[in-house]
Amino acid sequence: MATEALRADRLNAYYGASHVLHDISFALADGQLLALLGRNGAGKSTCISSIIGLLPPRGGKISVFGQDVTAMPPEAIARVGVGLVPQGRRMFGSLTVRENLVVARKGSGQWSLASVLKLFPRLGERQRQLAGSLSGGEQQMLAIGRALMGNPRLLLLDEPSEGLAPMIVAEVGRIIAELRRQGLAIVLVEQNADLAMSLADRVVILNTGRCVFDADIDTARARMEELSHHLGVFKVAEPAR
Amino acid sequence: MQFWIVQTLNSLALGGLLFLLASGFSLIFGLMRIANLTHGAFFMLGAYLGASLLRYDHDLGLWVSALLAGLAVAALGGLLERFVLRRLSRNPLGQVLVTLGVSFIIADACLMAFGGDPIPVPTSRALARPMFVAGFVFPTYRLVVLGVAILSALALHILLDRTRIGAMIRAGVDDPAMARAIGIPVSRLFTLTFCLGAGIAGAGGVLAGPIFSAYPGMDADMLPLALIVVILGGVGSLMGAFVGSFIIGFIYTFGIALVPDLAYVILFLPMIIVIALRPRGLFGRLAA
Repeated sequence: MATEALRADRLNAYYGASHVLHDISFALADGQLLALLGRNGAGKSTCISSIIGLLPPRGGKISVFGQDVTAMPPEAIARVGVGLVPQGRRMFGSLTVRENLVVARKGSGQWSLASVLKLFPRLGERQRQLAGSLSGGEQQMLAIGRALMGNPRLLLLDEPSEGLAPMIVAEVGRIIAELRRQGLAIVLVEQNADLAMSLADRVVILNTGRCVFDADIDTARARMEELSHHLGVFKVAEPAR
Repeated sequence: MQFWIVQTLNSLALGGLLFLLASGFSLIFGLMRIANLTHGAFFMLGAYLGASLLRYDHDLGLWVSALLAGLAVAALGGLLERFVLRRLSRNPLGQVLVTLGVSFIIADACLMAFGGDPIPVPTSRALARPMFVAGFVFPTYRLVVLGVAILSALALHILLDRTRIGAMIRAGVDDPAMARAIGIPVSRLFTLTFCLGAGIAGAGGVLAGPIFSAYPGMDADMLPLALIVVILGGVGSLMGAFVGSFIIGFIYTFGIALVPDLAYVILFLPMIIVIALRPRGLFGRLAA
């Protein structure tokens, strides 16, 4: 299965004594986008933390491109080719925009300071500014750019639309679609189900730490009512693709 | 007039030595949140190692022995971080007790190895000779110490603020978990920083030798000064360590010379005022 970008196999994770992920399993083919959805507190971000190694699972197995990364520390998982755009963006606020990008540089591939700045011209204009002084949208661009600097083969995006104005959300969506088109495997965690569904090849829904839905996008569209039930929304608008 | 000039030079030299001590302490605390109470002992150990190296081979010279002693203390610091402190992450009380304990161990080991009498550290004849400028006598060595401190400050500034590895260290200070998640080897950088801080203290101890000699209790004399400098200047700030070192250098030197009975009051008073009015210190981002 060399074309499998990510496989989570019966993951179990805990915060101290509380059991937050129960037997989570899903898989993502290379070059595809998996939308990881669910209500607040469903365990989506916890899942991301487990994959990148910040919250090592106590049970189960995580493979990235066939390589078992379950017991690896985060920096080693990053070197396997996993890029993280974390919830809340988590810029290095006392570093300049340029430094935020440069410290993340690794591997070889299409992404370099020049190509990231070409994708996000606004960041180029603000290279010397401290990252903490950027607007929310610019910080999101920087968080994505920082992840790309590592030339990842698998990108984890945790709520990239959170707290952004609709116009910026559309811009973020356009960039994600472009990265997906270039062949990057992506896990997209979103509260914004419309945005996620418009980009996804596969949809996984978590509910209180359990996997309650896992299907390809066409099946997911055909089962909108079930999705709405799990996500706690009355209606998920049929997104224009 | 001669009194003021000499005391000013003494202040500057002490400030320089304090910077070599406190910059590493501040760096380690800023990055790893470890109050390394072994730092005074590293300084003393450096002084003893320097004295021994020069006694063993007088032609070695002060600079080479400072370098060698610095490397030895850096290696010791690395071992302490890797094998002891690493196991105590997220246990600040444990770290304080362990670093204090190791400091006592080093102090006793030095007492055993080098005895209780102060050991003078010789300088080269050129450095020992005073300079005569415009009819005044200047102790050359104090100026050299000041120069070394300024050069070290510049080198540290360039390393931390102008290089990629410096930016990685600062990223690790800002958000260690996130730094690791984008592939920055934070753990290795921690060890490196600890070695660097310890090494500067060790080399600083050698340079302090010709002024103070190496003596038992040097560790306990220096550590509080380092703490005051860092609290005054601001934890984790190179600029704070630099400015704080010279402020304390002046206060301590002139305090002892002018009102010896009140030296410690004069020393601790500014620290208390800073803690009360500006807990971050003059240049710090973190509360002490």
